[in-house]
Amino acid sequence: MTRLVVGPFNRVEGDLEVTLDIAGGAVRSARVNSPMYRGFEQILQGKHPLDALVLAPRICGICSVSQSSAAAYALEQAMGLDVPENGRLARNLILANENVADHFTHFYLFFMPDFAREGYRGRAWFEGAAGRFKAVSGSAAADAVPVRGRFLEIMGTLAGKWPHTQTIQPGGSSRPVEASEKIHVYAVLKEFRSFLEHTLFGDRLETVAGLDSIDALELWAAARPANGSDFALFLRIANDLKLEKLGRAYDRFLSYGAYPQGNGRWFRAGVWDGKSRELRLDAITEDLASSWLAGPEAPRHPAQGITLPTEDKPAAYSWCKAPRLAGRPMETGALARQVVSGHPLVRDLVKRGGGNVKSRVVARLLEIALVVPAMEQWVRALKPDQPFCSHGELPEEAQCAGLAESARGSLGHWVEIANGRIHNYQIVSPTTWNFSPRDREGTPGPLEQALEGTPVNAGETTPLAVQHVVRSFDPCMVCTVH
Amino acid sequence: MANELNVLWLQSGGCGGCTMSWLCADSRNLFESLRAAGIELLWHPALSEQTGAEALEILRRCAGGETRLDVLCVEGSLLRGPNGSGRFHMLSGSGEPMIHWVKRLAAVARHTVAVGTCAAYGGITAAGDNPSDACGLQYEGELQGGLLGAGYRAGAGLPVINVAGCPTHPGWVVDTLMTLALGDLAEKDLDSLGRPRFYADHLVHHGCPRNEYYEFKASAHKPSDLGCMMENLGCKGTQAHADCNTRLWNGSGSCLRGGYPCISCTEPGFEEPGHPFAMTPKVAGIPIALPTDMPKAWFVALAALSKSATPRRVRENAIADHPVVKPAVRRTGLK
Repeated sequence: MTRLVVGPFNRVEGDLEVTLDIAGGAVRSARVNSPMYRGFEQILQGKHPLDALVLAPRICGICSVSQSSAAAYALEQAMGLDVPENGRLARNLILANENVADHFTHFYLFFMPDFAREGYRGRAWFEGAAGRFKAVSGSAAADAVPVRGRFLEIMGTLAGKWPHTQTIQPGGSSRPVEASEKIHVYAVLKEFRSFLEHTLFGDRLETVAGLDSIDALELWAAARPANGSDFALFLRIANDLKLEKLGRAYDRFLSYGAYPQGNGRWFRAGVWDGKSRELRLDAITEDLASSWLAGPEAPRHPAQGITLPTEDKPAAYSWCKAPRLAGRPMETGALARQVVSGHPLVRDLVKRGGGNVKSRVVARLLEIALVVPAMEQWVRALKPDQPFCSHGELPEEAQCAGLAESARGSLGHWVEIANGRIHNYQIVSPTTWNFSPRDREGTPGPLEQALEGTPVNAGETTPLAVQHVVRSFDPCMVCTVH
Repeated sequence: MANELNVLWLQSGGCGGCTMSWLCADSRNLFESLRAAGIELLWHPALSEQTGAEALEILRRCAGGETRLDVLCVEGSLLRGPNGSGRFHMLSGSGEPMIHWVKRLAAVARHTVAVGTCAAYGGITAAGDNPSDACGLQYEGELQGGLLGAGYRAGAGLPVINVAGCPTHPGWVVDTLMTLALGDLAEKDLDSLGRPRFYADHLVHHGCPRNEYYEFKASAHKPSDLGCMMENLGCKGTQAHADCNTRLWNGSGSCLRGGYPCISCTEPGFEEPGHPFAMTPKVAGIPIALPTDMPKAWFVALAALSKSATPRRVRENAIADHPVVKPAVRRTGLK
C-alpha cells in the first residue's frame, strides 16, 4: 500500500487535498480534506437578518447568486411574503444565468483541459483535444471566456454585477426591468444560444434537450462528424476512455428543486435511489466525527447545528462536516437534479451506469440545453409596468429555511432569528454533501466512495483518472466549509 | 516595448469571486491580450493545467529564485488563526500554512498585488469576531501591518498594490497588470490606502444614474424604489472611492444600477459598518455620514432647499418601481 497526498488540487473552486491509499494499481481508499476554514456561520451570528443578503453571497464567488437566493428564500419565509410574478421571473433568470455560466465554465475551463495532457498523447483524439482544450492557451479557452463574459452581461442588466449582487431580496428583485432592457437580455440569450448551437453542441438546443435515452444520445453522437462539436468530441473521448466506468458513488441523489413556478419548482425536489422518493427535510443531519469542529456527540439537524472550530481532534481530517439524509450520504448536482426531476436521458444514464464521470458531465450540458430556452421564455414574460418586489416587516423571532439549487447542487440555509437578530445561521452546501468526510459509522462521503477502485498508473503523482473523478463533481470548496 | 511580466496567482481566505469577476473582463480574448502585453501566467489555481506536485514545483521554483517572480497576485484574506498557526488554511499537498507560502513568495516578488478587498485589508472574512484571524497582505482594516508588515516593499520598491473591491472589477486587475508590464506604475500612482489612483481617485457617485433623485433628495424607502438610496438605504456612493458608475460592471451594471446601495466595498473595514448594511444611520433624521468633501451645514441647507424644490415627477418616481410620471414633452422646442 502506498499513500499519495494530492494537492493543491486546482481547477476546482477553492483549495482541495485528497489523500489516496493505493495498491494493485488502484485507489483502495480516499480521504478528502477541505483545508480552509473562514467561519461564515460564526460571522453571521448577531447580525441584522438582512445583512445575510450582503454576507452570504460572499461565501462563494462562483455560487454567489445561489447563496443569495437561499438567504432571500429563508427571509421571505420568515416575513411571510408572496413574490410577484416579475420578481419570480427575474430571480429565476439571475440564478439560471449563474448556473448555466458555471456549467459552461466547468466544461471549458475546469474539466476538459485534462484531456489535453501529455499522458493522453497517442490517443486518436489527442491532437484535436490538445489544440482545443489546452488550459489557458487552447482555442476553446479563447472562445469560451468572452462568450461567458457576454452571457454574464445579463447580470449587469438584471442584477447590477456578478458575483455578489444584492438585487435578490426577500419578496422579489430590487431591479425593475424596462422594456428596452428586456430586449437586451433577450438578444444576449440569442447570441449565447448561437454559440451553443454552433460550437458546444453542433445542433439545436431543443434537439439536445429532447434526447431521451443512451441509445438516442449515442446515435446522435455517431451522426456528428469527428470534432463536429465540443460535446461530440467529449462523447468520443468519454467512450474511448470508458468514463462511464469511472467515479461511481452511492447512486443516491438529492435535489431541493430549482426555479420556483406556481406552487412548486420547475425542476422538482426529491430523492432518487432507483425509485423516486419524497424528500424529508427533517431527516437531514450533520455529523462532525471527522471534522475539526467541536460539537454534540449525536449528529444534529442543521436548524439546531453548531459550527465551532477546534484544532484538537485527532480523528478529524477536514473542516467539512458530513451531511447525511436519514443517516446516509447523498450525491447532489446537475445529474441529481435531472434524475430526480425525471429527464428520460438522465434516468437512463443512472439506471444503466449510475452516477459516473460521463453521466455527470452529460447531465450538466443537457441542463444548459434545457435552461437557456426557458430563460428566453422567462424574459419575454416580464411585465415592465408591474411590481418586481413585495415588502414587509421582519419578525423579531423566527425559524426559517431557504433551499436553492446551485450549479453544483443542493444548498440549504437554516436560520433562527431572535430579538430581531440572527441567532443561528447554518449552511449546508452542495459540495459539503459530495465531498463530506467519513461519518461516525466510518461511511465515506460520496467522492471518497467514488474514488475507490479508480485506476492509478505506475509513476503517476497526480493520477489522471483521479482528476477526472474529482472534477466530474464540479466541486466548490469555498462553499463546502464556508 | 513592454517587458515580459510573469504572474503567479494564489487564493487564500476568500471566495474566489475576484477570479470569477476577472474572467468577465471586457476583452475579445483575455488570455491573448494579456500575452500580447507581455503578461504570462506562471500558475493560476482556477485555470492552469498543473495540479498537485506539478503545481507545488512551480511555487517552489519561484520561492527558491529559480524562476523569476515578477508579480505575486494574492486573492483572499490571509488566515493567521487559530492562535497564530495559520492552520485555518493549509496549502494542500504542502503540509504548510498558506501564510508561510505567501511570506516566502512576497519576499522574492518584484511586485505584490492584493486582488480584492480581502487580500488588501481583510475584507468580509474579517467580519464579525473575525473567527479565522483574517487580515490583508499589508493592512488590517485601516491599520498598516497585516501579514507582511507596514515596512514591506516588494523587489521593485512598491508596497503592496491594493486592487480593492468585493469583488474587484476585472478592468482594475487588467489595467494594473498592464501598467506594471509597461513599467508605468510608481508609488505616486497609489492612493494613501495603496489603491491604484486610476480607479480610486473617483467616487462611486460619479455617473450614478440616480443622480437626479440625489440632487433633489428624493429618496427610496424600500428595495426596488427608484429614488436615491443615500438617505434611507445605506448607500455610501458619495463617499466610496471607485469608478463603478463610469466603468460599469458586466456590460451595463453597477450596484446602484442593480437597485441596491453601495456598501463601499473598496474601503477598509466595509465589512463592519456599525449598522445594518441597507439602513442609513441618522441623528435627528440626518444621515451621520455625509458626502465626501461636503461641510455638514451646507449639506443640510442644500438638502432642505432641494427637497422643497423637488418636481412632482422626481418625488413620485422615487418611491415607485417604475416611472409613474414621465418627463413632460415640451412643445415649444428645447432651448
